[in-house]
Amino acid sequence: MSTNRTDLKPQQLLVEITVNGNPRSLGVAPTTSLLDVVRDRLDLTGTKSVCEMGNCGACTVLLDDMAVYSCLVLAPECDQRSVDTVESLTDSGELSDLQNAFVDCDGLQCGFCTSGQLMSLEALRRGERSVDRLAIVEAVSGNLCRCGAYPHIISAAERALAPDLDEPAPAVTR
Amino acid sequence: MKAAKLDDRTNPEPIDDRADFARVDGPVKVTGQATYSVDVRLPGQLEAAVLRSPHPRARVVDVDVSAASSMPGVEAVIHGPVKVGADDSALTWYAEETPFFSDTVRFVGDEIAAVAAIDADTAQRAIAAIDVRYEILDHVTDIEEAARQDEWDDDAWDVAEADESQRGDTEWIDDADIVLTGEFRTPVQIHHALEAHACVAQWIDGGLTVHSSTQGINSIREELADTFELDHNRVRVLAPHVGGGFGAKQVPWKNTAIAVLLAQETGRPVRLVLDRIAESIAAGKRGATRQRVKLGATASGELVGLDVDGVVDVGAYSMGGEATSLDGPYLHLYRCPNVRVRQRTVHTNTGPSVAFRAPGYVESTFALESMIDELARTIGTDPIALRRLNYTEVDQEQDLPWSSPQALATCYDRVAEESNWETDAGADSSTSGDGATDSGRIRRGRGFAAHEWAAGGAMPPGYAWIEMNSDGSVSASSSTQDIGTGTRTSLTQVIATELTMDPARIRLSVGDTASGPPAPTSHGSTTAPTMAPALAAAAVELRRQILEAAAEQLDESADDLSLDNGNVVDGEGATKISLPDLMEEISPRILRATGARLTTNDDVSVRPFGAVVADVEVDTGTGRVRVSRLVIAPDCGRILHPMMVESQVVGGAIQGLGFALTEEQVVDHRLGRVINPNLEDYLIPTMADLPDIVHAAVDLPDFAANPLGVKGIGELPMIAVPAAIANAVADAIGRRPTELPLSARRVVELLDDTTDRIEVRR
Repeated sequence: MSTNRTDLKPQQLLVEITVNGNPRSLGVAPTTSLLDVVRDRLDLTGTKSVCEMGNCGACTVLLDDMAVYSCLVLAPECDQRSVDTVESLTDSGELSDLQNAFVDCDGLQCGFCTSGQLMSLEALRRGERSVDRLAIVEAVSGNLCRCGAYPHIISAAERALAPDLDEPAPAVTR
Repeated sequence: MKAAKLDDRTNPEPIDDRADFARVDGPVKVTGQATYSVDVRLPGQLEAAVLRSPHPRARVVDVDVSAASSMPGVEAVIHGPVKVGADDSALTWYAEETPFFSDTVRFVGDEIAAVAAIDADTAQRAIAAIDVRYEILDHVTDIEEAARQDEWDDDAWDVAEADESQRGDTEWIDDADIVLTGEFRTPVQIHHALEAHACVAQWIDGGLTVHSSTQGINSIREELADTFELDHNRVRVLAPHVGGGFGAKQVPWKNTAIAVLLAQETGRPVRLVLDRIAESIAAGKRGATRQRVKLGATASGELVGLDVDGVVDVGAYSMGGEATSLDGPYLHLYRCPNVRVRQRTVHTNTGPSVAFRAPGYVESTFALESMIDELARTIGTDPIALRRLNYTEVDQEQDLPWSSPQALATCYDRVAEESNWETDAGADSSTSGDGATDSGRIRRGRGFAAHEWAAGGAMPPGYAWIEMNSDGSVSASSSTQDIGTGTRTSLTQVIATELTMDPARIRLSVGDTASGPPAPTSHGSTTAPTMAPALAAAAVELRRQILEAAAEQLDESADDLSLDNGNVVDGEGATKISLPDLMEEISPRILRATGARLTTNDDVSVRPFGAVVADVEVDTGTGRVRVSRLVIAPDCGRILHPMMVESQVVGGAIQGLGFALTEEQVVDHRLGRVINPNLEDYLIPTMADLPDIVHAAVDLPDFAANPLGVKGIGELPMIAVPAAIANAVADAIGRRPTELPLSARRVVELLDDTTDRIEVRR
């Protein structure tokens, strides 16, 4: 998909975003959210829309390796930047360590919050911070899970991101 | 093909030898490949939006859609009345049979009109362009006010229903040495499944294909087929993945019909997804309750009588599905000769209520178990010992033995063991590193509560098909649902066990009415006890066919053969023929079986039980309650797949935590509006609220319930959690909570209020 400046409709802006490693040019209304671009323009439906007001974290994606609520980011802000969604986590179809740990520890039930949880933790993995229990809890504290998979999400994150923690992963947060 | 049945089974293998494979739909969910209803994209698909009433009660005098209809990109606008079928009859909805898009709206959020447009923004703009004139009427949104009113202006809109359950006498006061009286209130809780109610409807060749976020694809199919006068086989409903339900998606909602009507009107696929506000105000809730409980006991604590007056707020309309019954725990949990429960279900001008994880039982368990705890405190006995004193092995209502008479006692044992109940019962007097004591600002407390549940046995009929493929892999199907509860995984486990086969070689299709035989709605914790025996029966019949075919080919007796990981083996375990080779030998025959669960046992009363111990810390300065630990022992019979059960246990515990501490829909009764219709002001638990959760597995097979010994799990882990937390708070601060949730404000009020909330008469 590629849009040129001459293809723009009235009141549209041209934005160039690298999505999951692929450069994309899109004409968007100034009010279009990154969430709408990802889900509705690029058909990357792994990212979920729930509250559309930054309460739940289901739409979390990475913007230049930082976890953001894509419902609160306007598409024009992403011009010349890089966005990664849950669809980017696999490598040639192989699950990442984090994805494997979510499966192994049952860090999900209905699965609707899962991509947001994964992307928040992926940001932690890519970041500078050393990973311990507190860092994990803080990383996903803005991601709601109504099924209550929280303890298993902590276990999964510890297994994938902090395998050297000496104590096993009970569901304790403070 | 005759549906196979199961022989009675004996004890299963130890729990540690059971399933060690992960959730089968884990990989599609962690890659974003799982397609939910909201993700369906069909060529030419339109987006729908709904105009909802801004008033809690009003007459709709006029709806002018001319501006909306003429907007570019708007393909259809519909409003009332809606005519369907050959005789053009008016479509009605809800148990009250109100006209679809009625000329009287009865809650803020009630549907008035709907639009289909080329995109969501256009649909929203069109909704805003519809001009409605209202005649505003008086409203009632407060359960207390509704309970006071005998009737409303419109005759049909008074008390929805009055029920009374009774056994024994109501004149037991003189036989009681101790009489306790208390009044309890529980709030409106919103399901807030993260996937909103959503539907994509498409008319094809005079039939309907509907992708619906639902717990009951068959019930949607039948409702739509009946409404639109189609043969059932012309309606296909798909829900391969559902982003949570918790009861809210167990009935066919108006939203689904709206998408179907708009698709019919436009001749194009239409997607309707509720936004979070609609999800909060118009897509189901656990109704508020008020319970007045009088409890009588002997001096030693034996129950003499229970008398309960309950009120339940059903909202503006009755949705059907599992009813909210308060009477269950009072009638069943303890031995008690005299019980009366009177329940009035009242209407208010608020969104319709619908079953929410153990409807009525979470609420009444809070009240009953608070009273039992208070009785233990009054007579100075151990709360678990008091419950053992009042133990019953029979269903006193039906005069039948429990299917698993020692299950509840085993739950008591397991939570006591895992929580060190005997040795740590004085936890409130212990001092920890953070300075929490029984006299300082931070007080510790520990509470116990027990529960039972109405369903959890089978909800027949449930059918399944299973087929051996030519390569030795197995395909199975049933039109049951997996709403995140692990149905696919647990049932795959059942097949793998019966066929002694690697679960990776089994594919079970669920969530499609066109690919699997009928199965019940996923509700009441009935899916596993209905469908596991059905899948097991199908697999046993397939195994019989395989071994007979092999016996014919090998010229041996089928009795000497068995299956082992894709091969037919003899008594020594030596491979006689592989399944692909066997299938090639018998080609063109295929091997296919049907299994079913068609009955429930009527010589016993099948009920699951459970027990919970909660540890809390209460900050008496701020009123903040922190739950540090929950030990939960639910009796789900035999545990099929330990990890799936564990996930249900932690999930139920966390929803119970929310109901106990933070979750409450708040209505401004003057305006009749919900003031927290979102996930910002309505507080579901987050990672930061998480206590240590211990699953004290019971794993007591209930072979009187069904041949696999399985009962449901979904609802159980939530039921007694709020009661146990409230009892722990009472233990910590020496004052009895009678109203949930235990917000900081309520705890501070409780600490300040010196009047006794429970009246004690000796």
